[in-house]
Amino acid sequence: MSDHAADAAGLGRPRAAAFMAPALLLITAFLVVPALWTLVLGATNYRLTGLAAANPQFVGTGNITEALSDPGFGWSLWLTLLFVLGSAIFGQSLAGLSLAWSLRSAPKVVKAVVETLVLMAWILPSSVVAFLWVAYLSRHGGTLNAILQTPGTDWLIQHPMASIIVFNIWRGTAFSMLLFSAALSAVPPSQMESARLAGAGTLAQLRDVVFPHIRGHVLTNTLLISLWTFNDFTPYLLTAGGPNHATEILPVFIYNRALYGGELGYGSAISFLMLIINLVIALFYVRLLRERR
Amino acid sequence: MSPQAFLRRVGFVLFLAVVTAFWALPMLWLVTAPFDAHPGLTVRWPEWTLDNFRRLSESPYAFSSLRNSVLLAGGAMILVTVFGALAAYALSRVHVPGRGAILYGMLLLSSIVTGTAAMVPIFQLMFTLGLIDDRTGVILVLTGGLLPAAIFVLKDFMDATPRSYEESARVFGASPTQVLRHVVLPIARPGLATIAVWALVNAWGDFLTAYILLRDPTKTPAGVVMYTFYSEGGQANLPLISAFSVLYALPVVVLYIFVSRRYGFRFHGGIKS
Repeated sequence: MSDHAADAAGLGRPRAAAFMAPALLLITAFLVVPALWTLVLGATNYRLTGLAAANPQFVGTGNITEALSDPGFGWSLWLTLLFVLGSAIFGQSLAGLSLAWSLRSAPKVVKAVVETLVLMAWILPSSVVAFLWVAYLSRHGGTLNAILQTPGTDWLIQHPMASIIVFNIWRGTAFSMLLFSAALSAVPPSQMESARLAGAGTLAQLRDVVFPHIRGHVLTNTLLISLWTFNDFTPYLLTAGGPNHATEILPVFIYNRALYGGELGYGSAISFLMLIINLVIALFYVRLLRERR
Repeated sequence: MSPQAFLRRVGFVLFLAVVTAFWALPMLWLVTAPFDAHPGLTVRWPEWTLDNFRRLSESPYAFSSLRNSVLLAGGAMILVTVFGALAAYALSRVHVPGRGAILYGMLLLSSIVTGTAAMVPIFQLMFTLGLIDDRTGVILVLTGGLLPAAIFVLKDFMDATPRSYEESARVFGASPTQVLRHVVLPIARPGLATIAVWALVNAWGDFLTAYILLRDPTKTPAGVVMYTFYSEGGQANLPLISAFSVLYALPVVVLYIFVSRRYGFRFHGGIKS
Protein backbone atom coordinates (compact mmCIF):
# COMPACT_ATOMS: atom_id res chain seq x y z
CA MET A 1 0.00 0.00 0.00
CA SER A 2 2.77 2.39 -0.89
CA ASP A 3 0.56 4.84 -2.76
CA HIS A 4 -2.29 4.64 -0.28
CA ALA A 5 -2.03 8.34 0.52
CA ALA A 6 -2.76 9.33 -3.05
CA ASP A 7 -5.33 6.62 -3.63
CA ALA A 8 -7.85 7.71 -1.01
CA ALA A 9 -10.73 5.68 -2.39
CA GLY A 10 -8.68 2.50 -2.51
CA LEU A 11 -9.24 2.05 -6.22
CA GLY A 12 -6.01 0.24 -6.97
CA ARG A 13 -4.41 0.14 -10.38
CA PRO A 14 -6.49 -2.66 -11.94
CA ARG A 15 -9.75 -0.90 -11.15
CA ALA A 16 -8.33 2.46 -12.22
CA ALA A 17 -7.37 0.91 -15.54
CA ALA A 18 -10.88 -0.51 -15.90
CA PHE A 19 -12.33 2.97 -15.24
CA MET A 20 -10.15 4.50 -17.94
CA ALA A 21 -10.58 1.72 -20.48
CA PRO A 22 -13.87 2.74 -22.17
CA ALA A 23 -12.80 6.36 -22.63
CA LEU A 24 -9.34 5.46 -23.90
CA LEU A 25 -10.80 2.85 -26.24
CA LEU A 26 -13.20 5.35 -27.84
CA ILE A 27 -10.52 8.03 -28.09
CA THR A 28 -8.12 5.57 -29.70
CA ALA A 29 -10.71 4.28 -32.14
CA PHE A 30 -12.14 7.62 -33.23
CA LEU A 31 -9.25 10.08 -32.84
CA VAL A 32 -5.91 8.25 -32.92
CA VAL A 33 -6.75 5.66 -35.57
CA PRO A 34 -8.34 8.17 -38.01
CA ALA A 35 -5.33 10.47 -37.64
CA LEU A 36 -2.93 7.65 -38.50
CA TRP A 37 -5.26 6.37 -41.17
CA THR A 38 -4.96 9.61 -43.15
CA LEU A 39 -1.31 8.62 -43.70
CA VAL A 40 -2.11 5.11 -44.89
CA LEU A 41 -5.09 6.08 -47.01
CA GLY A 42 -3.38 9.21 -48.28
CA ALA A 43 -0.64 7.07 -49.79
CA THR A 44 -3.10 5.19 -52.03
CA ASN A 45 -5.26 6.11 -55.01
CA TYR A 46 -8.35 4.80 -53.17
CA ARG A 47 -11.66 5.91 -54.66
CA LEU A 48 -15.23 5.48 -53.54
CA THR A 49 -16.28 3.79 -56.77
CA GLY A 50 -14.73 2.34 -59.89
CA LEU A 51 -11.61 0.29 -60.48
CA ALA A 52 -9.49 1.93 -57.76
CA ALA A 53 -12.19 1.14 -55.19
CA ALA A 54 -11.78 -2.61 -55.55
CA ASN A 55 -8.04 -2.58 -55.90
CA PRO A 56 -6.38 0.57 -54.55
CA GLN A 57 -2.77 1.07 -55.59
CA PHE A 58 0.02 2.40 -53.43
CA VAL A 59 1.08 5.79 -54.76
CA GLY A 60 3.36 6.89 -51.92
CA THR A 61 3.67 10.64 -51.64
CA GLY A 62 2.00 11.03 -55.03
CA ASN A 63 -1.16 12.54 -53.54
CA ILE A 64 0.78 15.08 -51.50
CA THR A 65 2.84 16.21 -54.49
CA GLU A 66 -0.33 16.28 -56.57
CA ALA A 67 -2.01 18.45 -53.95
CA LEU A 68 0.91 20.84 -53.74
CA SER A 69 0.81 21.40 -57.49
CA ASP A 70 -3.01 21.39 -57.72
CA PRO A 71 -4.25 24.95 -58.32
CA GLY A 72 -7.53 23.98 -56.63
CA PHE A 73 -5.69 23.17 -53.41
CA GLY A 74 -3.56 26.30 -53.55
CA TRP A 75 -6.66 28.42 -54.10
CA SER A 76 -8.45 26.69 -51.24
CA LEU A 77 -5.49 27.24 -48.92
CA TRP A 78 -5.46 30.94 -49.86
CA LEU A 79 -9.20 31.25 -49.14
CA THR A 80 -8.71 29.50 -45.80
CA LEU A 81 -5.95 31.95 -44.91
CA LEU A 82 -8.23 34.88 -45.78
CA PHE A 83 -11.05 33.32 -43.78
CA VAL A 84 -8.92 32.74 -40.66
CA LEU A 85 -7.19 36.12 -40.83
CA GLY A 86 -10.31 38.13 -41.63
CA SER A 87 -12.93 36.46 -39.49
CA ALA A 88 -10.93 35.12 -36.54
CA ILE A 89 -7.64 36.92 -36.00
CA PHE A 90 -8.97 40.38 -36.90
CA GLY A 91 -12.74 40.07 -36.79
CA GLN A 92 -13.54 38.01 -33.71
CA SER A 93 -10.59 39.24 -31.66
CA LEU A 94 -11.29 42.92 -32.25
CA ALA A 95 -15.06 42.57 -31.94
CA GLY A 96 -14.66 40.49 -28.76
CA LEU A 97 -12.23 42.92 -27.20
CA SER A 98 -14.28 46.02 -28.02
CA LEU A 99 -17.46 44.34 -26.75
CA ALA A 100 -15.79 43.26 -23.50
CA TRP A 101 -14.29 46.74 -23.07
CA SER A 102 -17.39 48.77 -23.75
CA LEU A 103 -19.84 46.51 -21.91
CA ARG A 104 -17.97 47.12 -18.65
CA SER A 105 -19.37 50.61 -18.43
CA ALA A 106 -22.73 49.88 -20.07
CA PRO A 107 -25.99 49.78 -18.04
CA LYS A 108 -26.76 46.33 -16.67
CA VAL A 109 -29.78 45.72 -18.91
CA VAL A 110 -27.90 46.70 -22.08
CA LYS A 111 -25.03 44.46 -21.06
CA ALA A 112 -27.32 41.50 -20.46
CA VAL A 113 -29.14 41.97 -23.79
CA VAL A 114 -26.01 42.34 -25.90
CA GLU A 115 -24.26 39.43 -24.20
CA THR A 116 -27.27 37.17 -24.66
CA LEU A 117 -27.53 38.05 -28.37
CA VAL A 118 -23.84 37.39 -28.99
CA LEU A 119 -23.97 34.12 -27.05
CA MET A 120 -27.10 32.96 -28.89
CA ALA A 121 -25.32 33.42 -32.21
CA TRP A 122 -22.63 31.13 -30.83
CA ILE A 123 -24.71 28.30 -29.39
CA LEU A 124 -27.62 27.93 -31.82
CA PRO A 125 -27.32 24.87 -34.11
CA SER A 126 -25.23 25.62 -37.19
CA SER A 127 -27.86 24.67 -39.75
CA VAL A 128 -30.35 27.05 -38.11
CA VAL A 129 -27.97 30.03 -38.11
CA ALA A 130 -26.91 29.16 -41.65
CA PHE A 131 -30.49 29.40 -42.86
CA LEU A 132 -31.02 32.61 -40.88
CA TRP A 133 -28.13 34.11 -42.86
CA VAL A 134 -29.34 32.69 -46.16
CA ALA A 135 -32.66 34.43 -45.51
CA TYR A 136 -30.98 37.61 -44.23
CA LEU A 137 -28.70 37.91 -47.28
CA SER A 138 -31.12 36.63 -49.88
CA ARG A 139 -31.49 38.50 -53.13
CA HIS A 140 -35.24 38.88 -53.15
CA GLY A 141 -36.80 39.85 -49.86
CA GLY A 142 -33.66 39.58 -47.75
CA THR A 143 -33.73 41.84 -44.69
CA LEU A 144 -30.24 43.22 -45.37
CA ASN A 145 -31.23 44.46 -48.82
CA ALA A 146 -34.32 46.06 -47.33
CA ILE A 147 -32.24 47.90 -44.72
CA LEU A 148 -29.41 48.99 -47.00
CA GLN A 149 -31.82 49.90 -49.83
CA THR A 150 -29.89 47.66 -52.21
CA PRO A 151 -32.64 45.55 -53.78
CA GLY A 152 -31.47 42.73 -56.02
CA THR A 153 -28.01 42.38 -54.51
CA ASP A 154 -27.20 38.69 -54.11
CA TRP A 155 -24.59 38.87 -51.36
CA LEU A 156 -23.68 35.19 -51.38
CA ILE A 157 -23.07 35.30 -55.15
CA GLN A 158 -21.57 38.77 -55.57
CA HIS A 159 -19.52 38.94 -52.38
CA PRO A 160 -19.22 35.31 -51.25
CA MET A 161 -15.98 35.49 -49.25
CA ALA A 162 -16.92 38.75 -47.52
CA SER A 163 -20.28 37.19 -46.62
CA ILE A 164 -18.87 34.11 -44.93
CA ILE A 165 -16.22 36.20 -43.15
CA VAL A 166 -18.85 38.54 -41.70
CA PHE A 167 -21.02 35.52 -40.90
CA ASN A 168 -18.20 33.88 -38.96
CA ILE A 169 -17.51 37.06 -36.99
CA TRP A 170 -21.20 37.09 -36.04
CA ARG A 171 -21.13 33.40 -35.21
CA GLY A 172 -17.94 33.14 -33.16
CA THR A 173 -17.23 36.44 -31.39
CA ALA A 174 -18.86 35.17 -28.16
CA PHE A 175 -15.78 33.19 -27.14
CA SER A 176 -13.42 36.14 -27.47
CA MET A 177 -15.92 38.38 -25.68
CA LEU A 178 -16.17 35.97 -22.71
CA LEU A 179 -12.43 35.44 -22.54
CA PHE A 180 -11.62 39.14 -22.71
CA SER A 181 -14.24 40.12 -20.14
CA ALA A 182 -12.70 37.61 -17.73
CA ALA A 183 -9.26 39.03 -18.57
CA LEU A 184 -10.31 42.67 -18.21
CA SER A 185 -11.85 42.07 -14.80
CA ALA A 186 -8.40 41.00 -13.61
CA VAL A 187 -6.80 44.34 -14.53
CA PRO A 188 -6.33 46.35 -11.31
CA PRO A 189 -8.82 49.25 -11.39
CA SER A 190 -6.37 51.49 -9.55
CA GLN A 191 -3.93 51.36 -12.46
CA MET A 192 -6.68 52.30 -14.93
CA GLU A 193 -7.79 55.09 -12.64
CA SER A 194 -4.32 56.61 -12.39
CA ALA A 195 -3.85 56.34 -16.15
CA ARG A 196 -7.15 58.13 -16.66
CA LEU A 197 -6.22 60.84 -14.17
CA ALA A 198 -2.91 61.26 -15.99
CA GLY A 199 -5.00 62.08 -19.07
CA ALA A 200 -4.56 58.87 -21.04
CA GLY A 201 -7.15 58.33 -23.79
CA THR A 202 -8.90 55.01 -24.37
CA LEU A 203 -6.30 53.77 -26.83
CA ALA A 204 -3.41 54.77 -24.59
CA GLN A 205 -5.06 53.04 -21.63
CA LEU A 206 -5.55 49.88 -23.65
CA ARG A 207 -1.98 49.90 -24.91
CA ASP A 208 -0.10 50.84 -21.75
CA VAL A 209 -2.25 49.54 -18.89
CA VAL A 210 -4.53 46.80 -20.19
CA PHE A 211 -2.46 45.06 -22.82
CA PRO A 212 0.46 44.05 -20.55
CA HIS A 213 -2.06 42.34 -18.26
CA ILE A 214 -3.96 40.46 -20.95
CA ARG A 215 -1.13 39.58 -23.33
CA GLY A 216 -1.43 35.90 -22.39
CA HIS A 217 -5.18 35.95 -23.00
CA VAL A 218 -4.74 37.60 -26.38
CA LEU A 219 -2.37 34.82 -27.46
CA THR A 220 -4.57 32.03 -26.09
CA ASN A 221 -7.60 33.52 -27.78
CA THR A 222 -5.84 34.00 -31.12
CA LEU A 223 -4.58 30.42 -31.20
CA LEU A 224 -7.86 28.81 -30.19
CA ILE A 225 -10.10 30.78 -32.53
CA SER A 226 -7.63 30.29 -35.40
CA LEU A 227 -7.73 26.53 -34.84
CA TRP A 228 -11.53 26.48 -34.67
CA THR A 229 -12.03 28.74 -37.67
CA PHE A 230 -9.50 26.76 -39.69
CA ASN A 231 -11.56 23.61 -39.00
CA ASP A 232 -14.99 25.20 -39.42
CA PHE A 233 -17.37 23.46 -41.79
CA THR A 234 -20.34 25.83 -41.31
CA PRO A 235 -19.64 27.97 -44.43
CA TYR A 236 -20.58 24.87 -46.42
CA LEU A 237 -24.14 25.30 -45.15
CA LEU A 238 -24.25 28.81 -46.64
CA THR A 239 -22.52 28.40 -49.99
CA ALA A 240 -21.42 24.72 -50.34
CA GLY A 241 -18.08 26.13 -51.55
CA GLY A 242 -19.58 28.05 -54.44
CA PRO A 243 -20.20 29.99 -56.53
CA ASN A 244 -17.55 28.34 -58.72
CA HIS A 245 -15.21 27.43 -55.79
CA ALA A 246 -15.19 31.04 -54.52
CA THR A 247 -15.69 29.98 -50.88
CA GLU A 248 -14.13 26.53 -51.01
CA ILE A 249 -12.08 26.69 -47.81
CA LEU A 250 -10.08 23.56 -46.91
CA PRO A 251 -12.76 21.64 -44.96
CA VAL A 252 -15.23 22.18 -47.81
CA PHE A 253 -12.55 21.34 -50.39
CA ILE A 254 -11.92 17.99 -48.66
CA TYR A 255 -15.62 17.24 -48.49
CA ASN A 256 -16.22 18.12 -52.13
CA ARG A 257 -13.26 16.16 -53.46
CA ALA A 258 -13.23 13.14 -51.15
CA LEU A 259 -16.79 12.42 -50.09
CA TYR A 260 -18.78 14.12 -52.86
CA GLY A 261 -16.31 13.46 -55.67
CA GLY A 262 -15.22 10.09 -54.30
CA GLU A 263 -11.43 10.66 -54.36
CA LEU A 264 -10.81 9.24 -50.90
CA GLY A 265 -7.04 8.82 -51.33
CA TYR A 266 -6.51 12.39 -52.48
CA GLY A 267 -8.87 13.70 -49.79
CA SER A 268 -6.91 11.83 -47.14
CA ALA A 269 -3.68 13.40 -48.27
CA ILE A 270 -5.27 16.85 -47.90
CA SER A 271 -6.63 15.83 -44.49
CA PHE A 272 -3.12 14.84 -43.51
CA LEU A 273 -1.81 18.27 -44.50
CA MET A 274 -4.63 19.82 -42.49
CA LEU A 275 -3.72 17.72 -39.44
CA ILE A 276 -0.10 18.91 -39.76
CA ILE A 277 -1.23 22.55 -39.77
CA ASN A 278 -3.45 21.86 -36.74
CA LEU A 279 -0.50 20.20 -35.02
CA VAL A 280 1.70 23.25 -35.55
CA ILE A 281 -0.94 25.61 -34.10
CA ALA A 282 -1.66 23.24 -31.18
CA LEU A 283 2.00 22.65 -30.30
CA PHE A 284 2.49 26.38 -30.22
CA TYR A 285 -0.48 26.68 -27.87
CA VAL A 286 0.54 23.83 -25.52
CA ARG A 287 4.05 25.25 -25.34
CA LEU A 288 2.59 28.57 -24.34
CA LEU A 289 0.43 26.95 -21.65
CA ARG A 290 3.43 25.18 -20.15
CA GLU A 291 5.51 28.34 -20.07
CA ARG A 292 2.82 30.14 -18.12
CA ARG A 293 2.39 27.37 -15.56
CA MET B 1 -20.60 67.83 -19.67
CA SER B 2 -17.75 68.99 -21.86
CA PRO B 3 -18.22 68.72 -25.64
CA GLN B 4 -15.53 66.06 -25.72
CA ALA B 5 -17.20 63.90 -23.09
CA PHE B 6 -20.50 64.41 -24.90
CA LEU B 7 -19.02 63.21 -28.19
CA ARG B 8 -17.51 60.20 -26.45
CA ARG B 9 -20.88 59.39 -24.94
CA VAL B 10 -22.58 59.63 -28.36
CA GLY B 11 -19.93 57.40 -29.89
CA PHE B 12 -20.41 54.87 -27.10
CA VAL B 13 -24.18 54.72 -27.55
CA LEU B 14 -23.81 54.55 -31.32
CA PHE B 15 -21.36 51.67 -31.03
CA LEU B 16 -23.71 49.70 -28.78
CA ALA B 17 -26.62 50.36 -31.13
CA VAL B 18 -24.69 49.13 -34.16
CA VAL B 19 -23.46 46.06 -32.30
CA THR B 20 -26.95 45.19 -31.08
CA ALA B 21 -28.38 45.58 -34.58
CA PHE B 22 -25.59 43.49 -36.12
CA TRP B 23 -26.29 40.56 -33.80
CA ALA B 24 -30.04 40.90 -33.53
CA LEU B 25 -31.10 41.47 -37.14
CA PRO B 26 -30.27 38.01 -38.54
CA MET B 27 -31.98 36.39 -35.55
CA LEU B 28 -35.21 38.39 -35.73
CA TRP B 29 -36.57 36.14 -38.48
CA LEU B 30 -36.48 33.18 -36.10
CA VAL B 31 -38.82 35.07 -33.77
CA THR B 32 -41.29 36.45 -36.31
CA ALA B 33 -41.57 34.07 -39.28
CA PRO B 34 -42.64 30.89 -37.43
CA PHE B 35 -45.72 32.68 -36.13
CA ASP B 36 -46.63 34.47 -39.37
CA ALA B 37 -49.53 33.24 -41.48
CA HIS B 38 -47.57 34.03 -44.69
CA PRO B 39 -43.89 34.00 -43.75
CA GLY B 40 -41.49 35.55 -46.27
CA LEU B 41 -37.75 36.02 -46.10
CA THR B 42 -38.08 39.59 -44.86
CA VAL B 43 -38.55 40.29 -41.18
CA ARG B 44 -41.91 41.96 -40.53
CA TRP B 45 -44.59 42.11 -37.91
CA PRO B 46 -46.38 38.73 -38.21
CA GLU B 47 -50.07 37.96 -38.76
CA TRP B 48 -50.08 35.78 -35.68
CA THR B 49 -50.87 32.09 -36.11
CA LEU B 50 -49.68 28.69 -34.93
CA ASP B 51 -50.74 27.07 -38.18
CA ASN B 52 -47.12 26.57 -39.31
CA PHE B 53 -46.56 24.13 -36.47
CA ARG B 54 -49.62 22.12 -37.50
CA ARG B 55 -48.28 21.95 -41.07
CA LEU B 56 -45.02 20.65 -39.68
CA SER B 57 -46.71 17.44 -38.61
CA GLU B 58 -47.57 16.78 -42.26
CA SER B 59 -43.89 16.66 -43.21
CA PRO B 60 -42.69 13.07 -43.00
CA TYR B 61 -39.25 13.79 -41.59
CA ALA B 62 -39.73 16.76 -39.27
CA PHE B 63 -40.67 15.02 -36.04
CA SER B 64 -38.73 11.82 -36.67
CA SER B 65 -35.59 13.91 -37.19
CA LEU B 66 -36.10 15.68 -33.86
CA ARG B 67 -36.47 12.27 -32.21
CA ASN B 68 -33.24 11.18 -33.90
CA SER B 69 -31.51 14.28 -32.57
CA VAL B 70 -32.70 13.43 -29.06
CA LEU B 71 -31.32 9.90 -29.47
CA LEU B 72 -27.96 11.01 -30.86
CA ALA B 73 -27.40 13.94 -28.50
CA GLY B 74 -28.73 12.05 -25.48
CA GLY B 75 -26.57 9.02 -26.24
CA ALA B 76 -23.44 11.10 -26.75
CA MET B 77 -24.16 13.11 -23.59
CA ILE B 78 -24.53 9.99 -21.43
CA LEU B 79 -21.44 8.28 -22.83
CA VAL B 80 -19.29 11.41 -22.57
CA THR B 81 -20.37 12.13 -18.99
CA VAL B 82 -20.12 8.54 -17.68
CA PHE B 83 -16.91 7.51 -19.42
CA GLY B 84 -15.38 10.93 -18.88
CA ALA B 85 -16.17 10.89 -15.14
CA LEU B 86 -14.79 7.37 -14.67
CA ALA B 87 -11.58 8.14 -16.51
CA ALA B 88 -11.11 11.51 -14.83
CA TYR B 89 -11.64 9.99 -11.38
CA ALA B 90 -9.10 7.24 -12.01
CA LEU B 91 -6.60 9.75 -13.38
CA SER B 92 -7.15 12.04 -10.44
CA ARG B 93 -6.85 9.44 -7.65
CA VAL B 94 -4.47 6.76 -8.82
CA HIS B 95 -0.98 7.37 -10.04
CA VAL B 96 -1.34 5.65 -13.39
CA PRO B 97 2.03 5.25 -15.09
CA GLY B 98 2.44 7.87 -17.78
CA ARG B 99 -0.46 9.99 -16.51
CA GLY B 100 1.18 13.23 -17.56
CA ALA B 101 1.80 11.88 -21.04
CA ILE B 102 -1.79 10.64 -21.37
CA LEU B 103 -3.24 14.00 -20.40
CA TYR B 104 -0.78 15.93 -22.56
CA GLY B 105 -1.45 13.64 -25.50
CA MET B 106 -5.20 14.01 -25.13
CA LEU B 107 -5.01 17.79 -25.01
CA LEU B 108 -3.03 17.76 -28.25
CA LEU B 109 -5.17 15.11 -29.95
CA SER B 110 -8.49 16.71 -29.21
CA SER B 111 -7.42 19.99 -30.75
CA ILE B 112 -5.69 18.47 -33.78
CA VAL B 113 -8.00 15.69 -34.88
CA THR B 114 -11.18 17.58 -35.59
CA GLY B 115 -14.27 16.28 -37.30
CA THR B 116 -13.43 18.21 -40.46
CA ALA B 117 -9.78 17.21 -40.70
CA ALA B 118 -10.60 13.56 -40.02
CA MET B 119 -13.83 13.21 -42.00
CA VAL B 120 -12.32 11.02 -44.70
CA PRO B 121 -10.69 8.40 -42.43
CA ILE B 122 -13.72 8.41 -40.13
CA PHE B 123 -15.99 7.76 -43.08
CA GLN B 124 -13.62 5.02 -44.26
CA LEU B 125 -13.40 3.50 -40.75
CA MET B 126 -17.17 3.38 -40.29
CA PHE B 127 -17.54 1.96 -43.79
CA THR B 128 -15.13 -0.86 -42.87
CA LEU B 129 -16.90 -1.48 -39.56
CA GLY B 130 -20.27 -1.57 -41.32
CA LEU B 131 -21.51 1.38 -39.25
CA ILE B 132 -22.56 3.62 -42.14
CA ASP B 133 -26.22 4.52 -41.79
CA ASP B 134 -26.16 3.39 -38.16
CA ARG B 135 -27.02 5.86 -35.41
CA THR B 136 -24.72 4.04 -32.97
CA GLY B 137 -21.81 4.91 -35.23
CA VAL B 138 -22.64 8.63 -35.07
CA ILE B 139 -22.94 8.48 -31.27
CA LEU B 140 -19.55 6.76 -30.97
CA VAL B 141 -17.79 9.23 -33.27
CA LEU B 142 -19.30 12.22 -31.45
CA THR B 143 -18.36 10.71 -28.07
CA GLY B 144 -14.78 10.03 -29.17
CA GLY B 145 -14.39 13.62 -30.28
CA LEU B 146 -15.82 15.17 -27.11
CA LEU B 147 -14.21 12.87 -24.51
CA PRO B 148 -10.66 14.30 -24.30
CA ALA B 149 -11.81 17.81 -23.43
CA ALA B 150 -14.42 16.37 -21.03
CA ILE B 151 -11.78 14.31 -19.19
CA PHE B 152 -9.60 17.39 -18.97
CA VAL B 153 -12.24 19.55 -17.35
CA LEU B 154 -13.58 16.76 -15.13
CA LYS B 155 -10.12 15.90 -13.82
CA ASP B 156 -9.84 19.48 -12.54
CA PHE B 157 -13.18 19.06 -10.75
CA MET B 158 -12.15 15.68 -9.30
CA ASP B 159 -8.81 17.08 -8.13
CA ALA B 160 -10.69 19.80 -6.27
CA THR B 161 -12.94 17.41 -4.30
CA PRO B 162 -11.44 16.74 -0.83
CA ARG B 163 -9.95 13.29 -0.32
CA SER B 164 -10.75 13.24 3.39
CA TYR B 165 -14.42 12.36 2.68
CA GLU B 166 -13.39 9.32 0.73
CA GLU B 167 -10.98 8.28 3.48
CA SER B 168 -13.65 8.45 6.16
CA ALA B 169 -16.10 6.53 3.97
CA ARG B 170 -13.43 3.88 3.55
CA VAL B 171 -12.89 3.75 7.30
CA PHE B 172 -16.59 2.96 7.70
CA GLY B 173 -16.21 0.07 5.30
CA ALA B 174 -17.51 1.48 2.00
CA SER B 175 -16.25 -0.26 -1.12
CA PRO B 176 -14.48 1.85 -3.78
CA THR B 177 -17.56 1.72 -6.02
CA GLN B 178 -19.78 2.85 -3.15
CA VAL B 179 -17.36 5.67 -2.41
CA LEU B 180 -17.57 6.76 -6.03
CA ARG B 181 -21.35 6.62 -6.15
CA HIS B 182 -22.24 8.07 -2.76
CA VAL B 183 -19.34 10.40 -1.97
CA VAL B 184 -17.52 11.55 -5.09
CA LEU B 185 -20.39 11.88 -7.58
CA PRO B 186 -22.56 14.13 -5.39
CA ILE B 187 -19.60 16.44 -4.77
CA ALA B 188 -18.58 16.53 -8.43
CA ARG B 189 -22.15 17.19 -9.61
CA PRO B 190 -21.62 20.80 -10.82
CA GLY B 191 -18.72 19.60 -12.96
CA LEU B 192 -20.74 16.69 -14.32
CA ALA B 193 -23.67 18.99 -15.11
CA THR B 194 -21.37 21.39 -16.96
CA ILE B 195 -19.93 18.60 -19.08
CA ALA B 196 -23.34 17.06 -19.72
CA VAL B 197 -24.80 20.36 -20.97
CA TRP B 198 -21.70 21.07 -23.05
CA ALA B 199 -21.77 17.62 -24.67
CA LEU B 200 -25.51 17.85 -25.29
CA VAL B 201 -25.33 21.25 -27.00
CA ASN B 202 -22.39 20.11 -29.14
CA ALA B 203 -24.00 16.86 -30.26
CA TRP B 204 -27.40 18.52 -30.75
CA GLY B 205 -25.90 21.09 -33.14
CA ASP B 206 -23.74 18.56 -34.99
CA PHE B 207 -24.14 18.61 -38.75
CA LEU B 208 -21.06 17.11 -40.39
CA THR B 209 -20.81 13.75 -38.60
CA ALA B 210 -24.42 12.80 -39.24
CA TYR B 211 -24.26 14.27 -42.75
CA ILE B 212 -21.43 11.98 -43.86
CA LEU B 213 -22.40 8.85 -41.89
CA LEU B 214 -26.17 8.60 -42.33
CA ARG B 215 -27.98 8.04 -45.63
CA ASP B 216 -31.49 6.93 -44.67
CA PRO B 217 -33.69 10.04 -44.21
CA THR B 218 -35.62 8.32 -41.42
CA LYS B 219 -32.41 8.14 -39.37
CA THR B 220 -30.99 11.61 -39.97
CA PRO B 221 -31.12 14.17 -37.14
CA ALA B 222 -32.68 17.63 -37.23
CA GLY B 223 -29.45 19.41 -38.23
CA VAL B 224 -29.22 17.50 -41.50
CA VAL B 225 -32.95 17.59 -42.24
CA MET B 226 -32.92 21.36 -41.71
CA TYR B 227 -30.21 21.65 -44.37
CA THR B 228 -32.06 19.46 -46.86
CA PHE B 229 -35.22 21.54 -46.29
CA TYR B 230 -33.57 24.65 -47.72
CA SER B 231 -30.79 23.33 -49.96
CA GLU B 232 -32.83 21.03 -52.15
CA GLY B 233 -34.05 22.65 -55.33
CA GLY B 234 -37.43 24.26 -55.83
CA GLN B 235 -39.25 26.89 -53.82
CA ALA B 236 -38.21 26.81 -50.15
CA ASN B 237 -41.16 25.90 -47.95
CA LEU B 238 -40.89 28.81 -45.53
CA PRO B 239 -43.79 27.94 -43.19
CA LEU B 240 -42.21 24.52 -42.69
CA ILE B 241 -38.61 25.75 -42.36
CA SER B 242 -39.45 28.53 -39.92
CA ALA B 243 -41.54 26.36 -37.62
CA PHE B 244 -38.97 23.58 -37.74
CA SER B 245 -36.00 25.81 -37.00
CA VAL B 246 -37.66 27.29 -33.94
CA LEU B 247 -38.44 23.81 -32.57
CA TYR B 248 -34.90 22.65 -33.28
CA ALA B 249 -33.33 25.72 -31.68
CA LEU B 250 -35.61 25.80 -28.64
CA PRO B 251 -33.82 23.20 -26.44
CA VAL B 252 -30.54 25.10 -26.79
CA VAL B 253 -32.22 28.37 -25.81
CA VAL B 254 -33.89 26.72 -22.80
CA LEU B 255 -30.60 25.17 -21.68
CA TYR B 256 -28.88 28.53 -22.07
CA ILE B 257 -31.44 30.25 -19.87
CA PHE B 258 -31.20 27.45 -17.30
CA VAL B 259 -27.41 27.50 -17.20
CA SER B 260 -27.08 31.28 -17.07
CA ARG B 261 -29.70 31.55 -14.30
CA ARG B 262 -28.12 28.78 -12.26
CA TYR B 263 -24.40 29.21 -12.77
CA GLY B 264 -23.88 32.42 -14.75
CA PHE B 265 -22.57 32.06 -18.26
CA ARG B 266 -18.98 33.25 -18.03
CA PHE B 267 -15.45 32.14 -17.45
CA HIS B 268 -14.25 32.24 -13.90
CA GLY B 269 -10.60 32.81 -14.64
CA GLY B 270 -10.24 29.03 -14.66
CA ILE B 271 -10.19 29.04 -18.44
CA LYS B 272 -6.84 28.05 -19.84
CA SER B 273 -5.05 31.35 -20.04
